[in-house]
Amino acid sequence: MTLRVSNLCGWYGQAQILFEVALDVGPGSVVALLGRNGAGKTTTFRSIAGLVPRREGVVVFGDQDVSRLPTYEIVRRGLAFVPEDRRIFTDLTVEENLEVGRQPPRLGVPHWTPERLYELFPNLAAMRRRLGGRMSGGEQQMLTIARSLMGNPRLVLLDEPSEGLAPKIVEDMAHAIVAMKREGLSILLSEQNLHFARLISDAAVVIESGHVRFAGPMAELVSHPDVYEAYLAV
Amino acid sequence: MNQSLLRVESLAKSYHGVPAVRGVSFTLERGEILALIGPNGAGKSTCFNMLNGQIRPNAGTILFEGQDVTASSPRSMWRRGVGRTFQITATFTSMTVRENLQTALLSHAGQLSRPFGKANRAFEVEADALLDRVGLRGQADRSCGELAYGDLKRLELAVALTNSPSLLLMDEPTAGMAPKERADLMRATAAIARERNVGILFTEHDMDIVFEHADRVMVLNRGELIAMGAPDVVRQDRQVRAIYLGEGLVHGDLAAAQVRH
Amino acid sequence: MALYLAQFLTGLAGAASLFLVASGLSIIFGVTRVVNFAHGAFYMVGAYVAYTLTERFEGAIGFWGGIVLSVLVVAALGGLVEILLLRRIYHAPDLFQLLATFGLTLMAEDLVVIIWGPEDLVGPRAPGLKGAVEVLGQAVPSYDLVLIALGPLVLGALWLLFHRTRFGILVRAATQDRDMVAALGVNQKWLFTAVFCLGVGLAALGGALQIPRDAVNHAMDLTVIVEAFVVVVIGGLGSVGGAFLASLLVAELNAFGILVLPGVSLVLVFVVMAVVLVLRPNGLLGRAEAPARGTGQMSSRPWRPLDAKAQFIALVAVAVAALLPLWLGPYGLAVGAEMLIFALFAMSLQFLMSTGGLASFGHAAYFGLGAYGAALAVKSLGWPMIPALGCGVMLGLAGAALFGWFCVRLAGVYFAMLTLAFAQIAWSAAFQWTAVTGGDNGLLGSWPDAWAASPRAFYWLSLAVAVGGIGALRILTFSPFGYGLRAVRDSSLRAEAIGIGRRHTQWVCFIVAGGFAALAGGLFAFLKGSVFPDALGIPTSVDGLVMVLLGGVGTVSGSVLGAVVYKALSVWLISQTDYSKLVLGAAIVGLVVLFPSGIGGFFSAWAGRRRVSTRATAAAPVEAAE
Ligand SMILES: Nc1ncnc2c1ncn2[C@@H]1O[C@H](COP(=O)(O)OP(=O)(O)OP(=O)(O)O)[C@@H](O)[C@H]1O
Ligand SMILES: Nc1ncnc2c1ncn2[C@@H]1O[C@H](COP(=O)(O)OP(=O)(O)OP(=O)(O)O)[C@@H](O)[C@H]1O
Ligand SMILES: [Mg+2]
Ligand SMILES: [Mg+2]
Repeated sequence: MTLRVSNLCGWYGQAQILFEVALDVGPGSVVALLGRNGAGKTTTFRSIAGLVPRREGVVVFGDQDVSRLPTYEIVRRGLAFVPEDRRIFTDLTVEENLEVGRQPPRLGVPHWTPERLYELFPNLAAMRRRLGGRMSGGEQQMLTIARSLMGNPRLVLLDEPSEGLAPKIVEDMAHAIVAMKREGLSILLSEQNLHFARLISDAAVVIESGHVRFAGPMAELVSHPDVYEAYLAV
Repeated sequence: MNQSLLRVESLAKSYHGVPAVRGVSFTLERGEILALIGPNGAGKSTCFNMLNGQIRPNAGTILFEGQDVTASSPRSMWRRGVGRTFQITATFTSMTVRENLQTALLSHAGQLSRPFGKANRAFEVEADALLDRVGLRGQADRSCGELAYGDLKRLELAVALTNSPSLLLMDEPTAGMAPKERADLMRATAAIARERNVGILFTEHDMDIVFEHADRVMVLNRGELIAMGAPDVVRQDRQVRAIYLGEGLVHGDLAAAQVRH
Repeated sequence: MALYLAQFLTGLAGAASLFLVASGLSIIFGVTRVVNFAHGAFYMVGAYVAYTLTERFEGAIGFWGGIVLSVLVVAALGGLVEILLLRRIYHAPDLFQLLATFGLTLMAEDLVVIIWGPEDLVGPRAPGLKGAVEVLGQAVPSYDLVLIALGPLVLGALWLLFHRTRFGILVRAATQDRDMVAALGVNQKWLFTAVFCLGVGLAALGGALQIPRDAVNHAMDLTVIVEAFVVVVIGGLGSVGGAFLASLLVAELNAFGILVLPGVSLVLVFVVMAVVLVLRPNGLLGRAEAPARGTGQMSSRPWRPLDAKAQFIALVAVAVAALLPLWLGPYGLAVGAEMLIFALFAMSLQFLMSTGGLASFGHAAYFGLGAYGAALAVKSLGWPMIPALGCGVMLGLAGAALFGWFCVRLAGVYFAMLTLAFAQIAWSAAFQWTAVTGGDNGLLGSWPDAWAASPRAFYWLSLAVAVGGIGALRILTFSPFGYGLRAVRDSSLRAEAIGIGRRHTQWVCFIVAGGFAALAGGLFAFLKGSVFPDALGIPTSVDGLVMVLLGGVGTVSGSVLGAVVYKALSVWLISQTDYSKLVLGAAIVGLVVLFPSGIGGFFSAWAGRRRVSTRATAAAPVEAAE
């Protein structure tokens, strides 16, 4: 397993948001974390990445328990987090944005360079010197993903990659994710859009009010309308 | 005299010399739901910002209920009866959900300069009624800084309704919600529009929502309107498909869709 | 003509040192969002250490080596401060770090006296640069020419650092969104430490390079910190190029101001800053201040009016305060009255800062206007006390209305700096308009009327006014007007879209806060029987700020507690030790570390937690029963 999460609990202040969440991501697979808004998808990601003020539980990444490490240590071990609100450095150029994400090469995972990323995201190649703030929402979304890949991750957490994007760009995004998977990356993505998730993921985890309600292959979820209608509001 | 609720003529705006919107013209009638769609960066939010006075257009005119309101302030647009929601939610994070509405209601009633009395006792009934409409009643007493993204969007809508607007501008109102909740929220909004005869202009990247609820659809690309008309006509437009809708992998016929694994 | 040229070159040389300090301040603020009040102290310590080292080591190598070494030493000291102190409080609300660094400044001022003694120290001249160069018949020190060349060199080096190195790119990224940088695998902690060391090193270099030009003394920190703030703001926050331009401007103003307008040279810089900010609200080269992301504020719980229990506690506190004259002597009562007056002053500032979201660095202006207004009414017009107080309040309101009209055009640190500029202008007026204000000698003889002349009566009067004022501001906070203010503070975008005018609302807030500050100031004039210009001075403004921050910016009226604690501490410490600044500074630093959300914030969080836990236990059985 690339990532094995068990008994994960997370709090904001006094409020417990996550209740013993468990999920696995195998090497080279794409897992979708599904749930309606407020279900706790973002909180799960932030807890895995160590960005939530208080968390408990076990997060095994590779062969190591990372649940007590600070964020940057987790990221340096090969876990990338792409937040839902993009958070491009608007005063930096595309090239400089990529530079911020750069980490040393890692054994056994693809090594990304700006050139290789421009191949994966052809739109970006045309605007290397453009300031992040002068890009449209879709281009910014591509850039956040590219920026995370510069860390040569084993696993990428993608929070709602399709949100706020034009349908055509969502399609480009789907192709990019499939291409990343082909490179051998594991991907955990959160989605409300079952159509999109279904196109690209192997397995699904459904979460509601911070509890896991379903975990299994994507095909199984799709064949259980009762499950996804109950928890996903499709 | 049969005048439109909103009439926009050759509206244009550029940022630092780079055009974002060029020569956009359209009309919107009372009770009509008009969708503005287009690729990211096409200029949709910029249009919204000009319509509610947030930014000044470089050229063109905006007529609201027959009066020229080009470049009037957001405040006066609100007083004239224009409500809007923001793409990047803008709420009062230090207040509870209900207090957000109470503040807006007090402002609408012209009582916001009163230096005494407890504001969180004012307009409680009206605030709760609005919260019911958008399905937020259960979270009325939560601090709005801790709402999930989708719930913030609902709050935005409720706040935009506090001045009983005759024109509602909604910039991606359902982003961040689950498909069914999107549909529910849009249905509730459409019901309000019909019953109060409100004109609605909205943007959305979810085509199911757009094609189900819009009476007419306009497509903006690089600041220019490239298509306008009934949803079904726009949907079939070749240019629109090429630049915006794509091959329909993500919305629409799933069975036919295939991405090479 | 030649004289002007020489003066111009002197100005340029002065600009170099100012630029070093200001760019360091700007870089630190950009990345860590810390308004580093101790920056002047590091400048001063840099000068002292360089003095010692260059005295010890002889020759050119000794001199320049000593300067470099002193920069390294002070930068390391800065690193230590960052690691031991600032790291603990990055998550505290905005400006809280200002309080901590203010404490450090106080400590440093006493420490240098303890180590180096109170006398001015004259450092060695730079070997080989002792002479002067003839320029158009005027002798210009060759050392000045070196400094003039140094400024652009440092500017170029900084530009290369920020645009051509990975470190620089990370720094710029962190300036915008520190949490995202961490989420990309960068160890934020060390990045911050490195930036802090860099900034402090620049300040120390600025100080060390000054020793051949000026005597080293233990008050040089305040002058330079105020000038550096002005430079950073004129140039535009976070813009090193802007800091360079602005330091030239300010240094030249200083150099020529003395020649051309000796009388008002003190204010000249502030007038220029006010003009620049009104014309260009983000400084010369600054961009609109994007709200920096990440490392968010503590999630503040929504404010509530006092519940029955809290009302009872407040009532008991007032009752106890009212009974104190039974035990306290005249001295105790005078101290008590002063605390009450400052509680009202602090509360008026808190209304502006916490409810209005407008952090003012010059609130003393209105306190002082109130004091002068009241004293002048008594002295020149012969009015009795109450109408004289009214006169003071009117003057305060008028001043706040005038200054506020300009200030509310700006936001954030720019707003703070413009308030500071106006306060300095008011201070200079009081200082230099001798005919009316008595200048440095102040106005004497503003004693209360007979009915309030006894210490007890005056104490009770102060209590009544303070309780009334604080109560009124609390009521205002929870009134519709207060909600309008908070709306503007939270999101001016949304506020405008629901018909709330930002400027107008904030302007009214500014005037109200100024009026209550003036009321406190008027009382102060009667308490002391006199008024001096320092009632409007920077130290008084800073006192108010410290009280609010100590009480907790996130609270409605924690500043009342902050004022009582801070006044008690400072009065008591001054009576106890010769090194009151050292001890007071250490006490502030200690309080900051212990109560990172202020004392009031700490108590309200504690009360909130108790409320939640009692509710939870009360709810549990119900759920079990269902
Ligand atoms: N900073 C915060 N403080 C307190 N509660 C929070 C905070 N952020 C989120 N929450 C709460 O945590 C719950 C889960 O939120 P989360 O953002 O994880 O949901 P999500 O599934 O990502 O939703 P969305 O699809 O809208 O992004 C929500 O009920 C939300 O109100
Ligand atoms: N303040 C600004 N300064 C400079 N350029 C801007 C500014 N705001 C928007 N732009 C540019 O104007 C264009 C139109 O932006 P706008 O926000 O209107 O797009 P949009 O259609 O709403 O896109 P999206 O669907 O991603 O929200 C974009 O290219 C954007 O980069
Ligand atoms: Mg989320
Ligand atoms: Mg937009």
